[in-house]
Amino acid sequence: SSGINAEWPLRPGMSINKAPVNGTFTRSGQPIMEVVNDPKAYPLTVSFGRGKIGANEKLMLASTFHSLYAISSKISPVEKSSGIRMMETDEFVLHCFQTITGVKFFIIVDHKQTACEPLLHRIYQLYTDYVLKNPFYLIDMPIRCELFDQNMKKIIDQVERANVYNSATLS
Amino acid sequence: MIYNLYIFNPDGQCLYYGEWNRTKASGLSSDEEYKLVYGMLYSLKPFVTRLSPATSDSFRYFKTDKYKLTMYETQSGTKFVINTATDWSSNVINNILHTLYKDVFVEFAVKNPMMSLSE
Repeated sequence: SSGINAEWPLRPGMSINKAPVNGTFTRSGQPIMEVVNDPKAYPLTVSFGRGKIGANEKLMLASTFHSLYAISSKISPVEKSSGIRMMETDEFVLHCFQTITGVKFFIIVDHKQTACEPLLHRIYQLYTDYVLKNPFYLIDMPIRCELFDQNMKKIIDQVERANVYNSATLS
Repeated sequence: MIYNLYIFNPDGQCLYYGEWNRTKASGLSSDEEYKLVYGMLYSLKPFVTRLSPATSDSFRYFKTDKYKLTMYETQSGTKFVINTATDWSSNVINNILHTLYKDVFVEFAVKNPMMSLSE
């Protein structure tokens, strides 16, 4: 009915009666369909949403972007073009930074976000410091380095605080 | 500086290609290039939809370090794709594409009884 997109499955992050849902079970281990089919449970509030992007899907999206990046360089009407540096849609902006070794960092932000290039550079710095210099990290594998995650969180928090400050001072 | 322009019908066939200041050929035949450009836009759609925080979203443009590709899609699925210099404003480009659609394409192509829109 209203505002529900038929493609959205009831996935982790969504909720029944405000309690978040985990796969096809509620947090207390009850199958969702049991709750939905039980007349005593009504009125029932169910919220749907775009599911969280799983690890596999992230890999697929990243490969898609890698190809799009390469194609955008190939079809260029001008000599020596890079791939997509920045892409804008109605709802978000994507910025991409490619290093000289071909590693790509891309970030999804809203239209108001500024200074994405420096941010990507700082993240590249974190990558070289906490990932590449980590003797236990295997190249080209998913990154599971605690220090990288911690410092990434710090940087993002800084950016968000600056956003709050900027929006407060400008309004 | 406008480099080139593609017009695709909803099935992905290139109805029109125009070139003005293009300095680099893609190394592919025209047909292959049209398919590549359309394929890229076709793949971009689900990519954008999946990543978007909103329920429905559509791609507007992207920039590389040397050119800007803007897409204008009509309700009927016709796509106008234009490559310009990176400093062109989206407002200007969208006006051009919209005018192109309204005053040129619709007038002379769609309303032309001799023209078939699937080639």
